[in-house]
Amino acid sequence: MTNVKQNTSFALVDGNNFYVSCERVFNPGLEGKPVVVLSNNDGCAVARSAEVKALGVKMATPWFQMKALARQHGIIALSSNYTLYADMSNRMMSLLRQFSPRQEIYSIDECFLGLDGFKQDLTTYGQEIRQQVRQWIGIPVCVGIAPSKTLAKLANHVAKKQPAWNGVCDLGSLRESELNELLGGIEAGEVWGVGRRLREQLAAMNIHTVLALKEADTALIRRRFSVVLERTVLELRGISCMGLEEIAPNKQQIVCSRSFGQAVLHLVELREAVSSYATRAAEKLRRQSSVAGAIHVFIATSPFREKDPQYSQGITIPLPEASDDTLKLICAAQWGLKQIYRPGYRYAKAGVMLMELGPAGRRQHMLFSDEGAENRSARLMQVLDGINRKMGKDTLFMASSGIEKGWRMKQGNKSPCYTTSWGELAQVCC
Amino acid sequence: MTQSTRGGARPGAGRKPSPDPTTTIRVPISQKAAILDFVQQRQAGFRIPSGMEIFAFAEHPPRQKFPLMGHSVRAGFPSPADDYVEKRIDLNEELIQHREATFFLRVKGQSMVDAGIDDGDELIVDRAIKPEHGRIVIAAVDGELTVKRFFQRAGVVKLIAENPKYPDIEFKDGQEMLIWGVVTRIIKSV
Repeated sequence: MTNVKQNTSFALVDGNNFYVSCERVFNPGLEGKPVVVLSNNDGCAVARSAEVKALGVKMATPWFQMKALARQHGIIALSSNYTLYADMSNRMMSLLRQFSPRQEIYSIDECFLGLDGFKQDLTTYGQEIRQQVRQWIGIPVCVGIAPSKTLAKLANHVAKKQPAWNGVCDLGSLRESELNELLGGIEAGEVWGVGRRLREQLAAMNIHTVLALKEADTALIRRRFSVVLERTVLELRGISCMGLEEIAPNKQQIVCSRSFGQAVLHLVELREAVSSYATRAAEKLRRQSSVAGAIHVFIATSPFREKDPQYSQGITIPLPEASDDTLKLICAAQWGLKQIYRPGYRYAKAGVMLMELGPAGRRQHMLFSDEGAENRSARLMQVLDGINRKMGKDTLFMASSGIEKGWRMKQGNKSPCYTTSWGELAQVCC
Repeated sequence: MTQSTRGGARPGAGRKPSPDPTTTIRVPISQKAAILDFVQQRQAGFRIPSGMEIFAFAEHPPRQKFPLMGHSVRAGFPSPADDYVEKRIDLNEELIQHREATFFLRVKGQSMVDAGIDDGDELIVDRAIKPEHGRIVIAAVDGELTVKRFFQRAGVVKLIAENPKYPDIEFKDGQEMLIWGVVTRIIKSV
């Protein structure tokens, strides 16, 4: 395969330690201090500031395992405030959209921009992007630029890890020999789509660096692994095989699951939790105008409490007729829960997954379905969603979700919703 | 038990199925003649007059904004105001120049009372505006957000309090000060 010079160009813009950076915007006292943001329920680290990374704390380290280190170094732990992060993400994405006619939002803190045909110096352009996001939103970002998405991801990694690049790395500006030298110094496991298992298998073939993977025999890679990995190799050679997905596809599955604030023993509490997760999932389902053909319920004890007897079980309940009705979905979920519940365990987690999603307008009806009842259900859901949108989340909710919700997540140290709640605005001293 | 051979469907019985399946359509009696006429015209080879095209409706048509009309259309006198109807004032549009970069903050303290900023007021802050000498800004000082007037003249950079009881904050070379944003409006309750 020859190296074809293409005119494609992609930028990957990615927020540095995004959740921590969001917190720092409104609380500048956190600047320069070691900060972690913990997952739902204050379980594990989901974001670490550079200072925490320097202490050797890995992603997803459970909080209880780093408590000693935290005391020693004064690590500040915050509960996750997804409302704030989502709003800051929306601001960032909306601003980034102004830098290119084509944008693919890849996750809450990163997006691809299509830079095909841009004539200006791309490193300078990357610096402009960086500066403006920093000034307008307050979030530091790094920019990776390259002829393919896989290389752009890698360029972003380089921009983050190697300070000499000053936050912007344009691999397209390098000569082939310079590029190869750079890729020879990066582990193959850093490549987008190469996970731990793949990395080990590649190592067994003596492919350790990105350069080695780039120069691997594509036919062999396809035979041993998959077309997907072959495509990755081509992308590393600068041949773009993946376009931008500018319109996010509707979700194929909708999951809502949380761990509990404290262990739950009784069916009554599990039922409340399952009911409120099903409610949340059904809301998401209706927001994308889909119906679900089946619902899966699962419950589990905590693997971290090693002395406890362990049990985890799930069950999928096919629905007689695809639906987006909260009441019907809760009903099915409750039935499933009853089948899998076993007394005598300390449950730590439960969840609901909606499956076999299809467009609401094209669902298959049952022979004997009652059309009147169906219309009433649709109208009820409309009113329910309408009121909750206008008056605030959970203004109306199913009684089966419980009122006290003793099982609800622990969020010991959550920052205010500075940007979405008038009562929680950030304070400015004067 | 033996299977009964009596009763039930007899193969081949009943009306022979038409090769072209049929259905009945209910139409208003008053329109019957017109509809039959249309059908006959069509069978005779109805054509779309040249210059016309048939458009299919889009499944998800783009939303389009129209000015609101004050009155429904009806015969008689049109409202003389209909030509003058415009969209109602939207404060978000009037007061916010850069949507992504605009934040609201709440004031705590008295150091800016002479500039009209009181305890409990809300501020509209635009991070996209360049801080210039004389503007009221939000700055990060000692890990806290503070609101002051920005002074930058002859190499002197300071944050001025608008209340004689409060000291200004002066910055020396090498000392870092971060301007967070520029205040564009003060919101007060009366």
